Amino acid sequence: MNQIIQIAKRELAGFFDSLMGYVLIIMFLGFSGFFTWIYGDDIFFIGEANLSIFFKVAYWSLFFFIPSLTMRSLTGELRGGTLELLLTKPISYWQLILGKFTSTFVLISMALAPSIIYYLSLWSIGSVDHPAIILGYLGLLMMSMCYIALGIFCSSITESPIIALLSTLFIGIFFHQIFETVASSSVGLAGSIFSSLSMYTHFESISRGIFDLQDFIYFFSMIIFGLYASREILVSRNLKA
Amino acid sequence: MNCLSCILFVRHFVILNIKRENLPLIYVKTRRLNIDEEGNFLFLLKSFVLFMDIVVEHLTKRYGPQKAVDNISFRVKAGEVLGFLGPNGAGKTTTMKVLSCFISPEEGDVKIGGYSIHEHPEKIKKHIGYLPENNPLYQDMNIIDFLEFIAKIHEIPKHLIQERLLDMVKVCGLEGEKHKLIRELSKGYQQRVGLAQALIHDPDILILDEPTTGLDPNQIVEIRELIRRIGKEKTVILSSHILAEVEATCDRILIINNGRVVVDGTAEEMRKQAQGNEILKLGVSGGEINDIFEKIMDIDSVETVDFIDFENQLFEVQSYPDMSSIKAIFDTCVANKFYITELTPIETKLEDIFRKLTTH
Repeated sequence: MNQIIQIAKRELAGFFDSLMGYVLIIMFLGFSGFFTWIYGDDIFFIGEANLSIFFKVAYWSLFFFIPSLTMRSLTGELRGGTLELLLTKPISYWQLILGKFTSTFVLISMALAPSIIYYLSLWSIGSVDHPAIILGYLGLLMMSMCYIALGIFCSSITESPIIALLSTLFIGIFFHQIFETVASSSVGLAGSIFSSLSMYTHFESISRGIFDLQDFIYFFSMIIFGLYASREILVSRNLKA
Repeated sequence: MNCLSCILFVRHFVILNIKRENLPLIYVKTRRLNIDEEGNFLFLLKSFVLFMDIVVEHLTKRYGPQKAVDNISFRVKAGEVLGFLGPNGAGKTTTMKVLSCFISPEEGDVKIGGYSIHEHPEKIKKHIGYLPENNPLYQDMNIIDFLEFIAKIHEIPKHLIQERLLDMVKVCGLEGEKHKLIRELSKGYQQRVGLAQALIHDPDILILDEPTTGLDPNQIVEIRELIRRIGKEKTVILSSHILAEVEATCDRILIINNGRVVVDGTAEEMRKQAQGNEILKLGVSGGEINDIFEKIMDIDSVETVDFIDFENQLFEVQSYPDMSSIKAIFDTCVANKFYITELTPIETKLEDIFRKLTTH
C-alpha cells in the first residue's frame, strides 16, 4: 500500500509541477461552468433542479482530458528507462499500475470537487433531486476510472505519448459514442449487445438517478480489464527486454 | 571461528526473526564478546548484517533465437567484490538485470540469501541496491525529492529518512547540487545520484552496472574508493570494461564472453594461468654479449633466450614450465664475474589475457 501511495504522490506532484494539473482543473471548470450556467440550453431552461447539463458537459470534457493525463503515465517510464529503476525497488507491477491509476483518479476528483458549488447553488435555488446528483457524480467518477484504466493500458503498449493519446481516444470513442449510435440504429440481439457495451447507456442510466448493479458490473469489469491488460503487457515486455 | 556455531544471546527477537525467515546467518559488528562458563559465545549486537550469498545456477536468457546468457553458473560470497568483465554484448547487463529481478530468465535460478528470484523477488529487491546501465532517473525532480521518494519506497522509517538523505548527499559528494533538478546536472553528477539511490536503504548487496561511465578521472578515483569502502561490509557486483578498474576494486574477476563464463578467479590467478612459463627481462654486463648469451643458455631451466637490446645487453629469458631460473642466472653471473644490471619478471597484462580469452 505504501508503495502505491508513494508512486501516486510522485505522479501527482509531477502533474502540478508541469502545470498540467492546474491547466486541467481550470479548463474543466471553465468549460463545464460556461456550458452549464451561461451558454445555450443552460440549467435555467430545462425547468428542473438537476445537474444533468453539467453531467453531459463533464461526460464529454473528461473523455478528452483523461487521455491527455494518462498518455505519459507508462510511456514516460518506458522511454526514460525509469521502469527499470522502479521495478528493481520493492515494487510490484500491480503496485506501479495502481499507483499511476490512483494519481490520475485523484487529479480528476480534484477537478470535479469544486463543481460541488454548482450543486450547492442549485440546492439554494430550488428543491433538488439529491440521489440523482449523487449518483451522477458517482457515474462521472466511475466513467473516469474506466478511461483512466484504458489510458494506462494504451500507454503500456507504446513508448510514444502521442500514440498513447490517440489510441486511447480511438478505442474510447467506440464506448463513448459509436456503440450507442450503432445500437440505436439496430434491433434485436445486436442492438442490445451494442447498447450494453456502450458507456453512454450506463452513464445515462446512473446519472438519471437509477442505481442498477449492471452498470457497476460494467464499470468495474472495464477498469479491471484495463489494468490487468496493462500489467500483462508490462510483464511480457520485460520477458522480451 | 564459525559464526554458525555461536549462540547469540542478546536481542533475541532479532535472532528469532532471522531464524524464522530462514536466512543464512548474520553478523558483523560486536560491541563486546564474552565467553560464558559453558563455552558459549555471547555477543552484544551493535548492528547486524545478513550474510547474503548469491548463487547463480545454469542461467539462460534468450533474446529471440540468440542466447544473451548461456548456462551461466557462479557464486558470490557475502562480503566479496566481484568484477564482471566482458566485451560489449557479452551478457553482463542481462545477468545483472536478472540478479536485480528486473527480467526473468528462461532457464536456471538465482538464489540470493537463500531466496529464489522466481519465488520471492520482493524479498530480494529489499536487500539489493541496483544502479542500471544508463542510470535512468526522474529528470524533472530535484535530487533531494528524488532520493526521498526512493527512501520512502524502501520504507525507511520516517525519522531516519532525513539522516539517510544527508548521509547519501555527503557520501556521494552532492552537497553543492542537492537542490538542483536532476536534468540540470552533468553526467558525472547524475551518476552520483544513481549511486546514492542505490545506496540509500543500506543494502546488503550492491549491483552496479558500469558505475564509472561518464565520470572524470578524479570522480572515478573517488567512486572506486567508495566502492572499495562499501565492499568491506557488503557484497558488490560491478561490471566494467575497464580492466584497471576491475583490478583495482575487485576481489574476484569473472570474464564472460558470448553469454558464457570464460574465466573465474582473482587477477593474480588469471595472470598465472595465462602466463604459464616464467619470463624474465635480464640485463647483464661485465662480459661479451655472445659469451653471456651462451652461459645463460647453458642453464638447465632456461628454455629460450632472446636479445632485446644489444647495446645495453638486455635479454628475454624464458624458463621451462614450472621452473624458475632466477637463482641459476645469479649463480652463473657470479661464477663468470658478470653483473646483473636488470632483472624483471615480465607480467602478462590483464588486457592481453582479456583479449586472448574474448576473441576467437
